Amino acid sequence: MTVPPADKPSEARTWLTSRGNSSLSDRAFRWLMLLCALSIFGIVALIATSLVQGSKLTLGLFGWKFFLSSGWDPINGNFGALPFIYGTLVTSAVSLVIAVPLAVGVAIFITEMCPKMLRGPLAFLTELLAAIPSVVYGLWGVFVLVPLLRQYVNPALMKTLGWTGLFQGPNLGIGMFAAGVILAIMILPIISSLTREVMIAVPYTQREAVLALGATRWEMIRMGVLRNARIGIVGSVILGLGRALGETMAVTMVIGNSAASISKSLLAPGYSMASVIANEFSEATSDTHTSALIEIGLALFIITILVNALARLLVWAVTRGAPPRVA
Amino acid sequence: MKKSVLLSTALLACVASAGFAQKINGAGATFPAPIYSKWFIEYSNSHQGVQINYQAIGSGGGIRQVTAQTVDFGASDGPMTDQQLAESKVKLMHIPTVLGAVVPIYNLPGVGSDLKFSPDVLADIFEGKIGNWSDARIAKDNPGVKLPNQDIIVVHRSDGSGTTYIFTDYLSKVSPSWKSSVGVGTSPQWPKGIGASGNPGVAGNVRTMPGAIGYVELIYALQNKIAFGQVRNAAGKWVKASIDGVTEAAASVKTMPADFRVSITNAPGANAYPISSFTWLLIPIKAQDASKGKVIKDFLYWMLDHGEGEVTSLDYAPLPKSVSDKVRVAIGKLQ
Repeated sequence: MTVPPADKPSEARTWLTSRGNSSLSDRAFRWLMLLCALSIFGIVALIATSLVQGSKLTLGLFGWKFFLSSGWDPINGNFGALPFIYGTLVTSAVSLVIAVPLAVGVAIFITEMCPKMLRGPLAFLTELLAAIPSVVYGLWGVFVLVPLLRQYVNPALMKTLGWTGLFQGPNLGIGMFAAGVILAIMILPIISSLTREVMIAVPYTQREAVLALGATRWEMIRMGVLRNARIGIVGSVILGLGRALGETMAVTMVIGNSAASISKSLLAPGYSMASVIANEFSEATSDTHTSALIEIGLALFIITILVNALARLLVWAVTRGAPPRVA
Repeated sequence: MKKSVLLSTALLACVASAGFAQKINGAGATFPAPIYSKWFIEYSNSHQGVQINYQAIGSGGGIRQVTAQTVDFGASDGPMTDQQLAESKVKLMHIPTVLGAVVPIYNLPGVGSDLKFSPDVLADIFEGKIGNWSDARIAKDNPGVKLPNQDIIVVHRSDGSGTTYIFTDYLSKVSPSWKSSVGVGTSPQWPKGIGASGNPGVAGNVRTMPGAIGYVELIYALQNKIAFGQVRNAAGKWVKASIDGVTEAAASVKTMPADFRVSITNAPGANAYPISSFTWLLIPIKAQDASKGKVIKDFLYWMLDHGEGEVTSLDYAPLPKSVSDKVRVAIGKLQ
């Protein structure tokens, strides 16, 4: 490093000293940034209050029972959100079960094993998946995925896993399983590209150290990379879950939109919270119906927060002062 | 086409800003939206300085907005209830404009497109009481048709819809059991089946699922050449839905109430198609702005004189003369 002669200060220094006292602008900047940060709280509070305001009527009418009962009858003014909550949680869970291993696998391949030539196109393609509008996914689901599931996948699942009770009943193609699969494809790029970023950020010395101890390639990935990247991976899963919980259009097109019963079978038609709001809001004529739909929005809001909080808690519990042992 | 419409609206906007433009806003039902748009554009073109905007936001939204006075008129596929009328800030008049119908569609490979459904069978299929196509009651209505032993998959609308309102209104009239367990509404609690969005969603699902039955608007079925079944009307005759059959249903209603809030499902006419309904414009009896009220009144007369003549080109059924005469009298009462 060459040190500039003492009598001639560096260019940056001349500029910094020439612009006068900075304490005022520093303070102003700080307040401005604080305002930006606080606006997040403001927005969340605003959404929460307007949801509660809008659903006052049904909150008063049904109380807690709203979230735990399962009738949805706008004609007779009887509302229960359970089938919708169930549908949202089940489809999101299915999507995670499918998407997480796949996404992590894609990320591992791209960062650790992929020939350089393939790396660019593969990464580009996964990110392209994220750019497809959800209505296109929905259409693809209706015309391609659902017939495929009905003809090949569902019969096979019913045969091999029918005993679990999860794959039973009339095979319509449309249903909670189809919605889960669509969601899995939609959240795959989010999880895999973030996971990839996190894995790239793991310092090379970690990998080299593990290899130097005589690890195989898989052991190196497991101990050197995945272990160090796990917080980031869980974070990306949470982001994917957020999208799965709130996705409306694609789910509505393949889930079957039926709140008639809560079925254990994933092949049965179901309903999600976001779908029922999108479906019924514009034609909701009675005040109770509108209020019930807004309360569904409130339920979705609360559940999203709860799920996120739970996931964070999980991360915190797992990583708190984690000792350096084999993952 | 689109460009010329855009151009004409732009031109209209110029005229509007230049002088005494009258801008009128309406919102509501989606079912009559195509014919309303056509009418409003034609009316605007022939009446300098008048611009009528219509937003197809759904009947529920239309009722909400017109009762809250955020629009100058509303539109709905189902008549407003007494309670809704009582809660409204303004006194409203129902003006029937055109007629629509709902038809049953199904997918049974090997079975022709002329399957017959008696009213009680139709209700029981949608209620889940008849679960298989080989059921004796379906066979009784269709002698000579070989019905497969296949489960019936019910497909209904998932979005709240006037089509569903008409269909459930009909089922409630012909089946006491439907009336007590499900009832009439834009989004009822369906006892079984899967929901699909819009007419295209229902038709698409029925088309891809063997054994499925659903219901769509007559217009949608006609324009997309979808085959639909016959229904037995109140006079005991099997009828296939047609524009004439729908208009006859409206003409055969025995007593037309003064406020036009009438259901014409299961109408008594010999050739009447039983699953038919009016769609209404909701007009404030006393307009907030008298000059706007005058334009709306003039438009309604124009609709009866010119507009009704062109509805069949879009496959809507026009009002029968007996009804349009009564509507003319009613328009005279608007202030």
